Parts: sequence; C-alpha cells; structure tokens
Amino acid sequence: MKSYLFILRKPAHSGSYLQEMLDIILTTAAFDQKVGLLILDDGVFHLKHGQNPEKTGIKDTAAIFKALELYDVEDIYTEQESLLDRGLNGTDLCLPVNIIDRKDVGSLMKQFNVIVSG
Amino acid sequence: MKFAIQINASPYHSNVGQTAYQFINALLAMGHEVFRVFFYHDGIFYALKHATPPDDELQLTQQWSDLAKRHQIDLVVCISAAQRRGLLYLDEAQRQGKHDDELAEGFRISGLGQWVEATLVADRLITFG
Repeated sequence: MKSYLFILRKPAHSGSYLQEMLDIILTTAAFDQKVGLLILDDGVFHLKHGQNPEKTGIKDTAAIFKALELYDVEDIYTEQESLLDRGLNGTDLCLPVNIIDRKDVGSLMKQFNVIVSG
Repeated sequence: MKFAIQINASPYHSNVGQTAYQFINALLAMGHEVFRVFFYHDGIFYALKHATPPDDELQLTQQWSDLAKRHQIDLVVCISAAQRRGLLYLDEAQRQGKHDDELAEGFRISGLGQWVEATLVADRLITFG
C-alpha cells in the first residue's frame, strides 16, 4: 500500500480535466490505497459553491466532487493563500476541506509516497 | 531504480511528451528501468496510428513505437481517455459497431488499474504535462 497526494491546480471547467482527475483519484481509492487531495492556485475555483454550469451545457463538477466521500477520500486540503488571492474564503466552498498555510504545503507533501501533479 | 511515467499533454499542443521521451532515453542509458508509460488526458493522441506529420518533422508516434520495440517498454493508453477522444482499438470499435483501428504499434489500451499498478511497482512516478 502506498499513499497518494493528487494536486489540482487548473481552474474549474478546463475541459475534461476534473472528470479525468477524479477518475484516477477514485480508481486509486478503489484499489484501497491511501488518497489525499490538495487544491492549489486556480484549482480552488473547483470548490466554489453556487456554480450553475449546466446552463451552459457543462457538467456540474461540484456534484462530482461529492463522489469522493463515497470512496472514503476525506483528506482534502486547500491553501489559504490560493483562496485569499482569488477573493475566496472557507465559507465560499462547496465541500468541507482543511485549509492550510502555504508554509505547511511542503510538510503535507512529505507525508505521501506518490505526488501526482495535474 | 524503477520508474513509471505518465504523459498528459497532446503532441501538438505542448512539448512535454518529447521531454518525457528524452527523459526515458536518459534513464535507460543510466541503467534504470522504465516499468510502464501511461498516456492519460490528451496524452492519448501520441498513440494515433494514422498521424502523418510532414517528412521533415519528428515522427512522434513512430518514435514511441520504435522505443517500445527497442526496449520492450509497456506503453499503455487509458481506455476511458481514449474512448472519450475517439481513439478506438479494433476490438472495442467492433463492440461499439464502429470500424476504427487507430492504435499505433507498440501501444496497448487498458484501464486506470494499470496506472495504479505502475505506481505501486515503481520507485518513482514522473508526470509530464
């Protein structure tokens, strides 16, 4: 068994990026590996609640995020500075996440065997 | 050391696949092992059999096919990423009532379980793109 930290940095609605990242995350969890998720930079927009993308024919990615819970993926982190730089805070988010400071990102990464950037 | 490689970007949108190719050659030259190369997201476009770039350009898909043959490297294309983008291997195409046979030599199509296995077996996963 290994532990995996998946890092999302691209903005919401970047084509099929999030769907495919969630596929790989859920597959890893389904193989009984320890899975964490770290959301940085423009990736924080994935977490913004109150999106209505279906009006433009795009899948509601916030709904896909909820699947993580079904697979026991509960170690979800985001970075305080990424939120603040984009005018967001904890109350804007659609999921319960751990908000950590940028200075602690390095030590978080050290807790995992495999870092998957995306 | 044993490496797993993941390629996420398409050949004509970015050069990361070429960087990965050179990285793999450097690994092999130094005596490391490449357990598997996994093509995900738009990286699946490297496996298009009928890609026909001009003669004076790099023959990217051919380059990967040659590498697989030369070093017996396992080149795996993610099936869900491939199907989403219309890259079908003969058996899957037939199952869907289509006639495509798009997969270049040396590549094979399989699922994300192969990615998980590669990361479990390898000492390092390096992602490109």
